[in-house]
Amino acid sequence: MYAFNYVRAGSVAEAVQAVPGGNFLAGGMTLLPSLKLRLARPDQLVDLAGIPGIAGIEEVGGRIVIGAMTRHSDVASSAVVRAKIPALADLAGGIGDPLVRNRGTIGGAIANNDPSADYPAAVVGFDATIITDRREIPAAAFFTGLFSTALQPGELVLRVSFPIVHRAAYVKFPSPASRYAMVGVMVVQAGRDVRVVVTGAGPCVFRLPAFEQALVANFVPAALEGLTVSADGLNQDLHGTAEYRAHLVSVMAARAVAQAQGR
Amino acid sequence: MSVSVALEVNGRAVSLELDPRTLLVELLRRELRLTGTHVGCDTSQCGACVVHVDGRAVKSCTMLAVQAAGAKVTTIEGLAQGEQLHPVQAAFRNCHGLQCGYCTPGMIMTTVDLLRRNPNPTEHEIREGLEGNICRCTGYQNIVRAVAEAAVTLREAPAASASA
Ligand SMILES: Cc1cc2nc3c(=O)[nH]c(=O)nc-3n(C[C@H](O)[C@H](O)[C@H](O)COP(=O)(O)OP(=O)(O)OC[C@H]3O[C@@H](n4cnc5c(N)ncnc54)[C@H](O)[C@@H]3O)c2cc1C
Ligand code: FES
Ligand code: FES
Repeated sequence: MYAFNYVRAGSVAEAVQAVPGGNFLAGGMTLLPSLKLRLARPDQLVDLAGIPGIAGIEEVGGRIVIGAMTRHSDVASSAVVRAKIPALADLAGGIGDPLVRNRGTIGGAIANNDPSADYPAAVVGFDATIITDRREIPAAAFFTGLFSTALQPGELVLRVSFPIVHRAAYVKFPSPASRYAMVGVMVVQAGRDVRVVVTGAGPCVFRLPAFEQALVANFVPAALEGLTVSADGLNQDLHGTAEYRAHLVSVMAARAVAQAQGR
Repeated sequence: MSVSVALEVNGRAVSLELDPRTLLVELLRRELRLTGTHVGCDTSQCGACVVHVDGRAVKSCTMLAVQAAGAKVTTIEGLAQGEQLHPVQAAFRNCHGLQCGYCTPGMIMTTVDLLRRNPNPTEHEIREGLEGNICRCTGYQNIVRAVAEAAVTLREAPAASASA
């Protein structure tokens, strides 16, 4: 690691004021490994752990609101998340391993927008709202590309607000080594709408409108028979080819529908 | 720049001036000479470095020492009560849950946390719970057996783990 100054922010205002030239530090599960590799040279790390009021889970008027500093393990074991949106608890409980889940946070995961990260599929699938220190950003506008988001430099995610929907399920095919999603599919049925969202397969999360229309007509796995995804532009690495990932998308989507049906 | 870091390690208050880059595992091994916590990969993969921070099992190679300021840290050295091994340590010994022993401190610290959250895990849950700990010797069979045995001991005598 290159040298940096360490700042422990006591409030949102302090964090935002201290960050120019540096980085926010949440769970550190992505940032610290990248600093060890000297991929970045921040002047300071602004630790968010001491800021009151940005960790924790609340049910407010038909929505589940999760503070940015909430650990994956706390979302996975939350009684209210398990009861109201079990797909989200499953997703959080399947991130990495228990040790990663004990440190990693939802704010860090979405700000980082790794193409193989799990949370972006839920944020888009549920049409969640991202609340920052300066505005509210709808999920559809948040994830803009490979490791990029709509966040401005120095903008701090405070909370993510998920509507409670009728039913949903998330199924992923994890990389056997890291447990990141080679392909993960979130299927959400919210009123008359269905959203099918894919992570891991491409440079950024994306929806599958053809799959969604088929499921609006008939919410059963068989509705997806014959629907395929083109391998063009999908990720290709030592874990699998683009064609393999394209195939996995259809398989994971059908499994997610089957799981959601049982809810 | 240096930062002051005050924390509690295995029940003992510790206060140090450190470069903010110092990792928690470096504080433990280098500054405090608690070398039971191992470094296998230094890249957040293997779990050899697992310790408890305020009761949660974490990878100490992927946490700054200063992030643990004010926290209570428990390492493998903090589990036994004098000569009496912690039930998880005893089970790893009974079941031959180790060969070279490199991964063992991390395996044991992860197991203590796992059994606290889930006192009666299935074999599948044990294997999932150890997802973040890699062993290159044992093939895991006896590790899983050790965790299952420790679960039984702890359910029968829960007080044994209360201190850790
Ligand atoms: C071994 C391993 C396996 C993993 N497996 C998975 C997996 O299967 N699925 C998965 O989805 N992820 C996985 N992860 C990543 C994990 O989920 C991390 O938690 C996540 O990438 C980053 O969260 P963090 O809290 O650690 O953020 P940090 O590493 O602290 O920060 C990441 C980035 O986000 C910025 N940031 C943090 N918080 C905020 C905020 N509130 N507002 C604005 N910017 C912010 C930071 O400045 C930094 O640039 C894995 C990580 C490891 C080490
Ligand atoms: S040394 Fe920390 S995970 Fe391997
Ligand atoms: S006993 Fe040798 S690495 Fe596990």
